[in-house]
Amino acid sequence: MSETLIKIRNLHFSRDHLKIFDGVNMDIRAGSITAVMGPSGTGKTTLLKLIGGQLTPDEGEVIVDGQKVHQLNRAELYQLRKKMGMLFQSGALLTDLNVFDNIAFPLREHTNLSPSLIRSMVLLKLQAVGLSGAHQLMPSELSGGMARRVALARALALDPMMIMYDEPFTGQDPISLGVLVKLIQDTNQALGLTSILVSHDVEETMSIADDVIILSDGKVVVEGSREEIERSGSAYVRQFVHGEADGPVPFHYPGEAIDELLLKAAK
Amino acid sequence: MFKSIELSVGVFVGIGLAALFMLAMQASNLASLNNDGSYEITARFDNIGGLKVRSAVKVSGVKVGEVSAIDYDTEMFEAVVTMQVDDQYQQFPRDTIASIFTSGLLGEQYVSLEPGGDEKLLGNQSEIRHTQSAMVLEQLIGQFIFNQGSDKKDDNSPF
Amino acid sequence: MKTLSRILTRLGRGTIFLARTLAAIPQLFVRFGLVTKQLHSVGVHTLIIIIVAGLFVGMVLALQLHYTLTTFGAEDTLGLLVDLALVRELGPVVAALLFAGRAGSALTAEIGLMKATEQLSGLEMMAVDPIERIIAPRFFAGFLALPLLAAIFSAVGILGGYMVGVDLLGVDAGAFWSQIQDKVDFYDDVLNGIIKSIVFGFIVSWIAVFEGYDCVPTSEGVARATTRTVVNSSLAVLGMDFVLTAIMFN
Repeated sequence: MSETLIKIRNLHFSRDHLKIFDGVNMDIRAGSITAVMGPSGTGKTTLLKLIGGQLTPDEGEVIVDGQKVHQLNRAELYQLRKKMGMLFQSGALLTDLNVFDNIAFPLREHTNLSPSLIRSMVLLKLQAVGLSGAHQLMPSELSGGMARRVALARALALDPMMIMYDEPFTGQDPISLGVLVKLIQDTNQALGLTSILVSHDVEETMSIADDVIILSDGKVVVEGSREEIERSGSAYVRQFVHGEADGPVPFHYPGEAIDELLLKAAK
Repeated sequence: MFKSIELSVGVFVGIGLAALFMLAMQASNLASLNNDGSYEITARFDNIGGLKVRSAVKVSGVKVGEVSAIDYDTEMFEAVVTMQVDDQYQQFPRDTIASIFTSGLLGEQYVSLEPGGDEKLLGNQSEIRHTQSAMVLEQLIGQFIFNQGSDKKDDNSPF
Repeated sequence: MKTLSRILTRLGRGTIFLARTLAAIPQLFVRFGLVTKQLHSVGVHTLIIIIVAGLFVGMVLALQLHYTLTTFGAEDTLGLLVDLALVRELGPVVAALLFAGRAGSALTAEIGLMKATEQLSGLEMMAVDPIERIIAPRFFAGFLALPLLAAIFSAVGILGGYMVGVDLLGVDAGAFWSQIQDKVDFYDDVLNGIIKSIVFGFIVSWIAVFEGYDCVPTSEGVARATTRTVVNSSLAVLGMDFVLTAIMFN
């Protein structure tokens, strides 16, 4: 087993009195692709923001590369973030800059490289995501899949040690979906990155994940390698992996039963 | 494209500064203020009427300075008016008379200097000895009515 | 009680936000290009409306005042009254209200949309502080632009008053300017007007960037924040104008 890059211990987090995490523990191996899955609203994006230090937990700790994220001061946190890439669901490209400048942005902010060096680095990153021809386009001219690829190139610009993907497959046509799956796998292998993949697109996620963690009701319900998960007989896994409507995660939002509500309405 | 942004911002700032310059030089008294060369003289009045700080100081109707301070002397029970007179007008004799007049019927009040015949001149920080207080309209009317009354009495005198 | 604590919380958040923004301003002098870009969108785009509005306000003032002044035979003071009204009051206030409507709302909408599309979070994850990179240049550009716009408003307004008063209604041009140059005091009138517009620029820019930064990151939230910017900064400008006038010209 390779070493652990991210350790999460006893994580508690709530927002507006709504408990999102209730004692979550997880270990993410360096160099692996770890998929975090779970039904909508289980705080998968929140988890990434907690790892990135954008949110502070109520209790518990997140340790990335040996550093306790929420005990760092601002400068140390920013130093750590330079080693973390994050790919947002929408891409989060800066709308007033073109593709080239978006990818050059972190390099210009954080390094003193010469313009010609920045130019060749940006073009190389764009080449890696297959969009070197699009460097003059504005973000508004890109399709959703292209925007995500550009955002991936930007996240890779500073050569991070890890990268977090927030729902990278949502709303993609089959072709760009295939491209994204391939890109995630290739970058992980070629650059030795640790990847955390938050998604509920089971099929695509399961096809590339080394490890899988399934969250439900603020807790880790299942974790293990992909093979273990596929073999597992857990009801959650069955429901989630096969997309059954009802099961341990109920079809009905918790509340009064329908007959009582109808009875009340009739009165 | 970036150059044109810089150009238009430059034009904007240029127009803004030109507007500020116009407000300062054309649309206010800044151009006519010269605080660099002036000397101070004081005068005491029984009553200054509506005189204010910055009121004009005039000689023969020409503005030569302005009132810089108005104080009240609690020992002499008099108003003390301090004036700044431009350096170019230095030839005022010692026996110059300072009066407070009103420009027009309802206009503002100003200090009028009337040069006398003394050979010695007023210097910096000197005081004008001869002053004439402001005319207060109510007093004038009162005096007028009083005089009318006494005139009539004289006319009807049996003697 | 709950409303009060919510308002106070927001005020506290706004003040902390302002402190962080102000702390980021010194770095802008190293990278003034960021401010130049914002001066373009905040200042240049507001210039036309300011010039047109200033011209009309000056012309209307001249028409109205001339009507009243002729009954006293005091048309010569027309320039003086137009100048004082613009420089002391209308220039700073009307320019600030137009600025809030044109530039302030645009700032809020832009920042709010950047928040809604995760651009601000994205910057944070790239180890770039959005307050330094996005908020501070916009705040500073607004703060610099409004005094210039207010001066332009007043200057154009005086020219408008001159066009109507002298060219149309036959007031003597010499009397128009001499009354102004005699009675409008640079320090008491013009400088106080400029100080007013500096204060308004600060307030409007602060409200605009804060509402954007603090908005609920949905399309409805951005729309609400934009409305709040216009309403709150207009009220703040008028309220602050009363306070400043009471202090300056009592």
